[in-house]
Amino acid sequence: MATIIVEVMLKPEILDPQGQAVASALPRLGFNFAKSVRQGKRFEIVVDGEPTHAQLAEVEAAAEKLLSNPVSKLTLLRSKSNAYWSCHLSRFTR
Amino acid sequence: MRIGVVTFPGSLDDSSALRAIRLAGGEAVPLFHASDDLKEVQAVVLPGGFSYGDYLRCGAISRFAPIMESIIVAAEHGFPVLGICNGFQILTESHLLPGALIRNQDLHFICTDQPVTVENTNTPWTRGYTQGQRIVIPIKNGEGSYQASAETLAELEGEGRVVLRYADKNPNGSQNNIAGITNARGNVVGVMPHPEQAIESLTGPSEDGLIFFSSILQSLVAR
Repeated sequence: MATIIVEVMLKPEILDPQGQAVASALPRLGFNFAKSVRQGKRFEIVVDGEPTHAQLAEVEAAAEKLLSNPVSKLTLLRSKSNAYWSCHLSRFTR
Repeated sequence: MRIGVVTFPGSLDDSSALRAIRLAGGEAVPLFHASDDLKEVQAVVLPGGFSYGDYLRCGAISRFAPIMESIIVAAEHGFPVLGICNGFQILTESHLLPGALIRNQDLHFICTDQPVTVENTNTPWTRGYTQGQRIVIPIKNGEGSYQASAETLAELEGEGRVVLRYADKNPNGSQNNIAGITNARGNVVGVMPHPEQAIESLTGPSEDGLIFFSSILQSLVAR
């Protein structure tokens, strides 16, 4: 079994009010390290066996169709033994 | 004149939209998300609410409901569609309208009577207004901030496709104060304010919203 990780963030140029709220809450708790915070979504998709390139392409198509929208930036990561590495960086324009 | 209103799991304003159609003089036809049958309606309203609990993203799951497959095909051939609030979100997720609606700038759920100006009176849903008319209709949403790429914004502005714009102040961080837009053909309109909640002075801030529903009836007669 492998877990395919899909991370969806707002594109950098899109205002992220939720991330801003987190960023302004941190100093109130005494944490002063954050220059900025952006918040996103993470999907963990479990598949049988090691995913093939064809399966990853299928996951990417599904992620593009359902998991993201035109203001999203989507990153598909692949996990193996807790080591994640970037597999593909998708472009989202339409 | 048969105008449909789709009920999704979690729709809130479907009965209000049906009532607005009846008050304007139309035959209001309830449609159901799980059927692809448009029941020979001549136009359709996607109402406000929290379809599928707004899970994943507002409108993202509704967009794949069987009724939406029929509506998307029809809309691409000129069938009039009005999306209100959650309906607008479903239309952007369906790619019938460009851009997306995200969390309000101040993170508040905003429920207020909102002045807006009508900037496009060429759509079948807004032909009863006068260009630049100021109207007051309620907004009630948590994710009403309209966002689109710079190219998309330039295209919308250049082609006069901004239908409603927030007047006085921008309530939610929407780019260019956009409260409603239309597609290139003009048959698909999405608005965040709720015209169906401003149809009678007893219960709404004005009767300004009723013109959306009388406009579509006039447009269908004129065809």
